[in-house]
Amino acid sequence: MTEKNILLAHGSGGRLSHQLVRELFLPVFDNDALNKLDDRAEVFASGVRLAFTTDSFVVSPPFFEGGDIGKLAVCGTVNDLAMGGAEPLYLSAGFIIEEGLPIDQLKAVVESMRKTADEAGVKIVCGDTKVVERGSADRIFINTSGIGVVPEGVSISGSLAQPGDKVIINGFIGDHGIAVMAERHGFSFTEKVVSDCAPLNGLVKAMLEVSTDIHVLRDPTRGGVATTLNEIASQSNVGVVLREDMIPVRDQVLAACEILGYDPLYVANEGKLLAVVPAQSADRVLAAMKKHPYGVDSAIIGEVVADHPGKVVLSTGIGGRRIVDMLVGEQLPRIC
Amino acid sequence: MKFLKEYRDSRLAGEILEKIKKISKKPVKFMEVCGTHTVSIFRHGIREILPDNITLISGPGCPVCVTPNRHIDEAVALCRLPEVILATFGDMMKVPGSKSSLAAEKALGADIRIVYSTMDAVDIAVNNPEKEVVFFGIGFETTSPTIAAAVLRAEREGLKNFSVLGAQKLIPQAIRALLENNEVGINGFILPGHVSALIGIKPYEFIAQDFGIPAVIIGFEPVDILQGILMLVKQVESGTARVEIQYSRGVPPEGNPHAMKVLFTVFEPGDALWRGIGTIPGTGLRIREEYQKYDAVKKFGIEVAESREHPGCRCGEVLRGLITPLQCGLYGKACLPEQPVGPCMVSVEGTCAAYYKYGKRG
Amino acid sequence: MCLAIPGKIVSIEDNLAEVEIAGVIRRVSLDLAPEAKLNDYVLVHAGFAIQVIDEKEALKTLELFKELMEHEVS
Ligand code: SF4
Repeated sequence: MTEKNILLAHGSGGRLSHQLVRELFLPVFDNDALNKLDDRAEVFASGVRLAFTTDSFVVSPPFFEGGDIGKLAVCGTVNDLAMGGAEPLYLSAGFIIEEGLPIDQLKAVVESMRKTADEAGVKIVCGDTKVVERGSADRIFINTSGIGVVPEGVSISGSLAQPGDKVIINGFIGDHGIAVMAERHGFSFTEKVVSDCAPLNGLVKAMLEVSTDIHVLRDPTRGGVATTLNEIASQSNVGVVLREDMIPVRDQVLAACEILGYDPLYVANEGKLLAVVPAQSADRVLAAMKKHPYGVDSAIIGEVVADHPGKVVLSTGIGGRRIVDMLVGEQLPRIC
Repeated sequence: MKFLKEYRDSRLAGEILEKIKKISKKPVKFMEVCGTHTVSIFRHGIREILPDNITLISGPGCPVCVTPNRHIDEAVALCRLPEVILATFGDMMKVPGSKSSLAAEKALGADIRIVYSTMDAVDIAVNNPEKEVVFFGIGFETTSPTIAAAVLRAEREGLKNFSVLGAQKLIPQAIRALLENNEVGINGFILPGHVSALIGIKPYEFIAQDFGIPAVIIGFEPVDILQGILMLVKQVESGTARVEIQYSRGVPPEGNPHAMKVLFTVFEPGDALWRGIGTIPGTGLRIREEYQKYDAVKKFGIEVAESREHPGCRCGEVLRGLITPLQCGLYGKACLPEQPVGPCMVSVEGTCAAYYKYGKRG
Repeated sequence: MCLAIPGKIVSIEDNLAEVEIAGVIRRVSLDLAPEAKLNDYVLVHAGFAIQVIDEKEALKTLELFKELMEHEVS
């Protein structure tokens, strides 16, 4: 570790987060299930293959266009399970609440969790509440853990991408990050940018129905598409080539990024998944995705190659090429 | 996006490129003065598609990179004062000073706010009358008028708790300083479009007149950049030297005289210390006598110890276009984006950061 | 060194304008470009309009180029 204190960037999902996990957590906790570094662990309990994951949510502000921290907390954990092809079943919910939070707001969050859980077909079966002094938390933080079962014949992991595979995304990138940012920086839109926050287990199920031969699924949340693809490239020891002109980005999102000096490839998503699929089944999977409400705008955005292992290369709109690195630090609004 | 997307048209870009390839014969070095150009050039992969005889080198136009440690140290000293809220642009957060950075101070509890506009900083002052709000401003002619406008607003509204720590710089004279010991052999200048939107074309005339070097004021989209390079190539091949405007939609020849008037109401030219280049007379801005009370250094009587620059960092040479980051021994080893040694690795626009981010790993 | 993007003025009140940039609305100060009018396109930098975009020049740049290309092709 190079830093003496924890910086915000350690939690941003980028390079410092990875350093923290690899250099501080892994050596101490060290075990096979963890060391795989997928978004969920696969464990066996009495012969049943279970997927298990946990995630904490601290989004500020807790309510934003298209969602709230409760919806996020359910979707995040459901999606982490779904990205292993697992069927999510049960969730826990832990609340850390700042003294003074209006009960109405808590109620709204909880109801939103229930609604999302119903949609995803999961139950929230245990929970915990702690209240901390004013100033010790920002209104409300939520942790959710979840378990699910992995069906027979499904083997999905960040380390299974192979040269020749196609990379598919299920729609427009950057909506969530920009919706939250807009709330924070007082942007308004002629046509609202709404968080894409959604439970994706239904979509994954539809994909698995047409082909169980899916190599990698991963949701590009913090750090965005760029960071997630870098993870996949390094875990699978392959290269990835992206086509800039194929990546779906809304005009307003691109504009907001231009204003803030962000790159949409690094902006967070909460209802997106990246699928790495063998070329021969790519069209079938793509067609199935497009039929699902959360996959209407799906597109093939790149492919896996044997060249430049561990690296993601973007072929730019005007025919140039550049490397797309992991997010370093948090994205800050900039003027130059 | 009107006035943006059409300048990213791949077909148009391709055709301009063909044209460049057809007429460009001489080996040339063009310097992009401005960091935003550097980033755009990397982001769109322009260096790679240009013919081999055209070399683009990056210049001193990243306001973060040319800010010497002393100003960072001053900002750190100010943000440690209990009554101070320090407001600044996101760009400055991670730049290491002699001992600390603003990001590190924030982690230790300093009240530092990232703002997008100087007016946001004034708003913070309005909303926190019991606090002192210091705006740490960097920038060139594009940004400095916005700092002056904020001071004028504070003056209009009679705000007593707003002041400015300024580290702004002026571009044209810096180019002259670079040319006076033209160590690199620059054959043409890619001039910064947005600085020029304010200052116009005149302040650059000396480049062609005194030094016989072509220069073009260029926009930031790929089609702009390629078109601008084509204009430079044409001049070079025909042996002429003029200052031209490619970015005519944003740069009228006279610039924005009103904004310049606002700027020079509050500030006057002074000497400025450029990291790695040294003091260049007339390239800095200091607050005029009448507006002294907005000068944070004077207001709080800040004095910082002699600042130290990292001995191994070669930012200065990178900024002058003398070496590429690849020639710095620390690049990619001790100096990485997550643990930058010098400012050229911190700023998104910094040449070292752009090299690293876009994959030049030597 | 300075990001600035083009947007269209959709309303003006005193020295503040609302500028639309491809569907994003920003409040922008007109202190540095008081001559800007409703429906003008302006360059926005750090919350300020710093220049009014010359639409004719913009079209000229593109048109000129397209023409040039077509001539050369034929
Ligand atoms: S690589 Fe780092 S140390 Fe070397 S010149 Fe660039 S910023 Fe300085």
